[in-house]
Amino acid sequence: MTSASLASSASTDTPNYHDDLIKKFVIAAMFWGIAGFLAGDFIAWQLAFPVLNLDLEWTTFGRLRPLHTSAVIFAFGGNILIGSSLYIVQRTSRVSLFGGAFLGNFIFWGYQLFIVLAATGYLLGITQGKEYAEPEWYVDLWITIVWVVYLLVFAGTVMTRKESHIYVANWFLLAFIITIAMLHLGNNPAVPAIFFGGEFTKSYIVWSGVQDAMTQWWYGHNAVGFFLTAGFLGMMYYFVPKQAERPVYSYRLSVIHFWALTFLYIWAGPHHLHYTALPDWVQTLGMTFSVMLWMPSWGGMINGVMTLGGAWHKLRTDPVLRFLVASVGFYGMSTFEGPLMSIKAVNSLSHYTDWTIGHVHSGALGWNALISFGAIYYLVPKLWNRERLYSLRMVGMHFWIATIGIVLYITSMWVSGIMQGLMWRTYDSLGFLQYSFIETVEAMHPYYIIRATGGLLFVLGALLMAYNLWKTAKGEIRDEAPIGLDVPASAR
Amino acid sequence: MANIEKDAVTGTNTTGHEWDGIKELNTPLPRWWLWTFYATIIFAIGYWVAMPSWPTLSGYAQGQLGYSSRANLVEDMKAQKMERASWQQKFASMDTADIAKDGTLLNYAMAGGKLVFADNCAPCHGSQGSGGPGYPVLADDDWLWGGSLEAIEATIRFGIRGAHGDTRTSEMPVFGGDLSADQIAAVADHVLSLSGAGSANADGAAIFVEQCAACHGEDGKGLRDFGAPNLTDGIWLYGTGRDAVIAQMNKPKHGVMPTWEGRLDDVSIKQVAIYVHTLGGGE
Repeated sequence: MTSASLASSASTDTPNYHDDLIKKFVIAAMFWGIAGFLAGDFIAWQLAFPVLNLDLEWTTFGRLRPLHTSAVIFAFGGNILIGSSLYIVQRTSRVSLFGGAFLGNFIFWGYQLFIVLAATGYLLGITQGKEYAEPEWYVDLWITIVWVVYLLVFAGTVMTRKESHIYVANWFLLAFIITIAMLHLGNNPAVPAIFFGGEFTKSYIVWSGVQDAMTQWWYGHNAVGFFLTAGFLGMMYYFVPKQAERPVYSYRLSVIHFWALTFLYIWAGPHHLHYTALPDWVQTLGMTFSVMLWMPSWGGMINGVMTLGGAWHKLRTDPVLRFLVASVGFYGMSTFEGPLMSIKAVNSLSHYTDWTIGHVHSGALGWNALISFGAIYYLVPKLWNRERLYSLRMVGMHFWIATIGIVLYITSMWVSGIMQGLMWRTYDSLGFLQYSFIETVEAMHPYYIIRATGGLLFVLGALLMAYNLWKTAKGEIRDEAPIGLDVPASAR
Repeated sequence: MANIEKDAVTGTNTTGHEWDGIKELNTPLPRWWLWTFYATIIFAIGYWVAMPSWPTLSGYAQGQLGYSSRANLVEDMKAQKMERASWQQKFASMDTADIAKDGTLLNYAMAGGKLVFADNCAPCHGSQGSGGPGYPVLADDDWLWGGSLEAIEATIRFGIRGAHGDTRTSEMPVFGGDLSADQIAAVADHVLSLSGAGSANADGAAIFVEQCAACHGEDGKGLRDFGAPNLTDGIWLYGTGRDAVIAQMNKPKHGVMPTWEGRLDDVSIKQVAIYVHTLGGGE
């Protein structure tokens, strides 16, 4: 028989999976996702046209920027990560959720409360001033409780599993949950000012100076490594083989790249602090471990892409699979670019420029968002018990709108970032810097417009997706020609 | 319970496990992947040998190349200082007028002054000194405090209404209250008529002589000792037109320019003074 028989499941006793909970996470992910994309595109326009700061303290770039990053990483990414992890762990363990609906709902509502407390704080100017760790001490304490319950529920489900082995997706998801807990606790110890007669919303981090910077980027880089990489690789290891209906390419590769990635990633943070007060030896370790990370990262890409062996023809007719495969492609590109940028000679040009922003977004939009879209398109018909999505053609449109948006974003930031870096270091024949800072800002202007236009396309794609999912949930099916029918049968 | 099968598409065996319908192939590690991974590890080890790397009990491994970013920076700064030393000495010992007469020094001052201006002055005065509402144009002949090299240097060094003891300062009195609205309107018309815009009138002219001429001069051409603007050239700092003139009389605005001495070194101040002098209005 063919691949189909390998992929078909034949479980007889289906446990009572808590799918209502997953539905909530999916809805929340779409809601926060669109809010976060809108905030991001708005601040992109602010950079091109500063008048959009509106002269109000609440709408300045400085306050909206953490709102955007937290909304897309923690609110959109976090909801789809937690939601899909709880979906995956139940099915690949063939057991109902540990802790049941009660703990599941506690995680959901507790996490939403965390998001609202953090986001409203940013707008009011309440922040620790640590990138990606802006929430103040009381929000930090609350999310710690929620996260420990999440760990308990996830680990409990794995431990009560009915399968003899733990599926690879769950290794990555567990590594994500445990490491994020460790990073959060390591980076956020703070003394609240209220104990000394200060304001409730203010605290002081116990780390200081270069140690604080190092701890911050140990946290910051591994938030990328374990939240945005390991966690999403867990999603990839479930949704790609499911949607492609093919076995995972290599078990052996998954073992080696899992442990290599987990061991090496945690050292790479210092590459954010090249040519600073951080001692040279720490910079060396940060750079070399980043270079060694290249292949362990690519292990995930190889396993994702090669799983399509024997199923490539499905890309013609399945736009959901296109999202998943393209996301793995962007993942591969970003995880090559990352080690490249960590090399000190490259970093001396790229650091503090728009190149970094472009790099982050090729990962965030290309990898994290596209795989999340693919996962959500996969999940919604299953969760709402529908035959299929309302419109596959809209999924195809969304794919191209989003991809063109991403390409506009990252190419404009490459050009502007490299130009910016070169302008900053150009000297004239008498030894004076050739360009002033304001001249470099003026030179960025057209690229900022291109970037914001790319972002706008990305937002539009997400709105189209929300409409499609809404119709799907209502049970409607659009009257449309199937995708890929113009391909001769012989070529299919 | 392992249930190993052969995948028909690839001919590879599965591991025999299945989770929710997902199986895994037991494909060996791709060779190119493994060798590239080894290569990055070898590169890292080589880099550790050459460069400062692992911490030890008493410090850290220094590396064979003796690299130190701190030592490099000190050296670079020293080299830069040496290179600039002869220029610095000349700039420090000469006044701006003499510097401007020497072609080579002028050239150097222009290059340095352009950068100092762009980073420090352009935010208010615009790139190339194009000015803006409330911030004087530096590229025309209309100077409040003087357009000679010496005057420009003094303005930059000490500022206007700035923190330095020698700062230039003056204040236009508030006329709203002391003069009636009609009187102020008459003066405004007279002032505008000096540049050919408003309607000349005897009342306004009389009040002008009495109240304004002490600073702005009887002919309205201004007095640089007080930083009093020339009112006859049609150039307006805080807005054009009758309403703007009336507003300035009722409740005068006074711009502040920072004192740059202490913020910029002596040589930079001289360079930027020379640069500003060449923007188009230098006297």
